[in-house]
Amino acid sequence: MARLFQELVESVRIAFGQIRANGLRSVLTALGVIIGIVAVTLMGTAINGIDIGFNRSLAMLGEDVLYVQRWPWRRVEDWWSYVNRPALEVETAERLNRVIEATPGSLLEVAVPVATRGTSVRAGELRLAGVMLFGTTGDYARIVTTDVAEGRMFNAVEASVGRPVCVLGSAVAENLFPSGSALDQQVQIRGELYTVIGVLAKQGEFLGLFSFDNQIVAPLNTMRRQTGIRANLDLRVKVRDKTRLAAAEEELIGAMRRVRGQLPGERDNFSVNQQQAFKEQLDPVKAGIALAGLFITGLSLFVGAIGIMNITFVSVKERTKEIGTRKALGARRRTILLQFLIEAVSICLIGGLVGLGVTLAASLVLATLLPALPIAFSPGLMAVSVLVSILTGVVSGFAPAWGASRLDPVVALRYE
Amino acid sequence: MSAAAPARRPARAPGDLVIRIEGVTKLYRMGAETIHALRGVNLKIRRNEYLAVMGPSGSGKSTLMNMLGCLDTPSAGRYDFNGKDVARMVDDELAEIRNREIGFVFQTFNLLPRSDALHNVELPLVYAGVRPAARRERALGALRNVGLGDRIHHKPNEMSGGQRQRVAIARALVNHPSILLADEPTGNLDSRTGEEIMALFEDLYEQGHTIIVVTHEENIARHARRVVRLRDGLIESDGPVA
Repeated sequence: MARLFQELVESVRIAFGQIRANGLRSVLTALGVIIGIVAVTLMGTAINGIDIGFNRSLAMLGEDVLYVQRWPWRRVEDWWSYVNRPALEVETAERLNRVIEATPGSLLEVAVPVATRGTSVRAGELRLAGVMLFGTTGDYARIVTTDVAEGRMFNAVEASVGRPVCVLGSAVAENLFPSGSALDQQVQIRGELYTVIGVLAKQGEFLGLFSFDNQIVAPLNTMRRQTGIRANLDLRVKVRDKTRLAAAEEELIGAMRRVRGQLPGERDNFSVNQQQAFKEQLDPVKAGIALAGLFITGLSLFVGAIGIMNITFVSVKERTKEIGTRKALGARRRTILLQFLIEAVSICLIGGLVGLGVTLAASLVLATLLPALPIAFSPGLMAVSVLVSILTGVVSGFAPAWGASRLDPVVALRYE
Repeated sequence: MSAAAPARRPARAPGDLVIRIEGVTKLYRMGAETIHALRGVNLKIRRNEYLAVMGPSGSGKSTLMNMLGCLDTPSAGRYDFNGKDVARMVDDELAEIRNREIGFVFQTFNLLPRSDALHNVELPLVYAGVRPAARRERALGALRNVGLGDRIHHKPNEMSGGQRQRVAIARALVNHPSILLADEPTGNLDSRTGEEIMALFEDLYEQGHTIIVVTHEENIARHARRVVRLRDGLIESDGPVA
C-alpha cells in the first residue's frame, strides 16, 4: 500500500515534469481536449437552458388548470370521431359550475369559458395584426397565470352586462401606446371601441412559437354582442390542489359527462387537456435533441481523445530506454502503466478544467448579452465534465500505457 | 581517490553462494533461424567476489549479463539467486529481485535527465516503497559514499561523465543489493575517468560488495579477481586474474 502510494506520487511528479518539459506539445494536445470539453459543456448548458425555458413556458399554461376542449393535445389518427363532437358553449361552463358546486369536497374550483380568436387591433393611426383575442367571464381573474401590471381585470358585472372594456397584453400595450400609459385609452377591435382598463405583466414567449404578451382579454358577452364573433370556445377549470391533478381530472371527466348527459359505455365527446400531457408529448423530442447534440459535440471530444492517445504513444516511444532503466531498477508493470496513465489523465484534466472555465466565462457573457436566453450552468454539469475528462484520459491513455508496461526490459534498454 | 590504478590487494575470502547457474541455455528465434546465445553455462558466484565477464561480441556475454541481472530468463537450465529459483519467475517477481538484489551500472549511465542526482538515487527506493524522509537520508548516504555529497541537486547535464557514473553507482547501491552488475561501466568515459571509476569499484569491493563487471577491455578486466571468458555461448575459461 505504501509502495503504491510512493509510486503514485512519483508518477504525478513525472507527469507534470513531462508536461512542463514538452510545453508546446502539451498545450496543443490539451487544446483538443479543451475544445471537446467546451463543446460538450456548452451543449449541456444549452440543453439545460432549453429544459428550463420549456418548463417556464409550460408554467404559463397554468400548473393547476385543466383545459376542456374538443380536441386533445396530441396527434389523433381517427380525426373523424373528434370533428363531430359538440362545441363547448358558455352554458356548458355554467352547468359544469353548478355540478362542481353540488359536489361536496370537490377538487375543482371553477370552470371559466374562454373564446379565442386572432384579430387585428388599432389605436389612432397604429394598427397591430395577429393579436390573440380572449373573450371570457369575470372568473378569468381566478385562473390567469400572470399578474395585472397596471389597472385591473374586468369584474363579473362588467363581464355579464358586456361593457366595452379590455385588458391588454404587455406587447400590445407597448406597440399601440409607445409613448405613454395605455390605461383609459381606446382601442378599436373589429370596428368597435373598447376602453383599456388594465395591462398584463410581461410573460415572454411560449416555446418560441408565439408570445403570451400579444393578447387582449375582453368580456365574452361584449365580444359576442358587439361583433357577433363566432370563436373557438374552451373551458379552463381551476383545480384546488395541484398535487392531486390526476384525481381532479377524473372528477372533471365525470362532471362533464353528467353535463353532457352521456350514457355509461359511451365515449367522451370532449377532451380534458393539461400541461403534463403536453410535456409527455414533447419529452421525447427534447431527449432526441439532447442525444443528437451530445453525440455531435462528443465527436469533438473523441478527436481530442485520439490526440491524447497519439501523444502518449509518442511519449512511450521516446522514453523506451527510460522505461527499460526504470524496469531494471525495480519498476513493475503496474508502475509503468500508472505512470503513463497519469500523464494522459493529467493533460485531459488540465484541458477539462480550462475548457470548463471557458464555458463558464462564455455562458456568463451570453447571459449578460442576452438575458432572455435561458442559460443554466449547473454544478452537476461541472462534476460530469471533470469526470468525463478523467475518463477520456484513462480510455485514451490505456492502450499506450499498457504497451509500455509490457515492454521487455532487455529490448527497452537496448532501444536508442 | 587517485587517478592512478590502485595497488592490487589479494582476493578476499569469498562467502556464501549468491548465484548458481546450471546448464543454462538461451535460444532466440529470428524468423526461421534459431540462435543459440547460450549453450549450457555453469557458473557459481559467491558473496564478495569481484568478477569480470569477458568475450567478443556474439559470444553470449550480453545474454549472460541479462540473465544474471534477472532482466531475462533462461530457455532451459537452473538459475538460483540466494537460493531462490528465478528461472521460472514472472515479470513482476523479477522486478522485485532486480529492485532488492541487483544494482545496475550501465555504459550510458541511464540517469533520468530531468531529475537531480538525489532523486535519481532515490528511484529504486521509490519502487521499494520507502517513505520520503528515509529515502532521502539513504540516498544522501549513498551519494556521499561515492564522493558526491556536494552535488546532490545537480542534474545529469550539469555533471561530468565520471560524476554521472558515480551517481549511477550510488543509485545501484542505495537499496543494499547482493550484487553490483556493471555493463561496460567505463565504455563512455575517457581512460583517466575510467580508472577513477575502477578505483571506486575497488573500494566497494574492499567494503564487502559483490561486483560483476561485463567488459571487452582487458585492462578493465584486470581489476577483477576472477575472469570468466565466453565464446560461442559457452564458458571458455574461468579462473583468477593472472
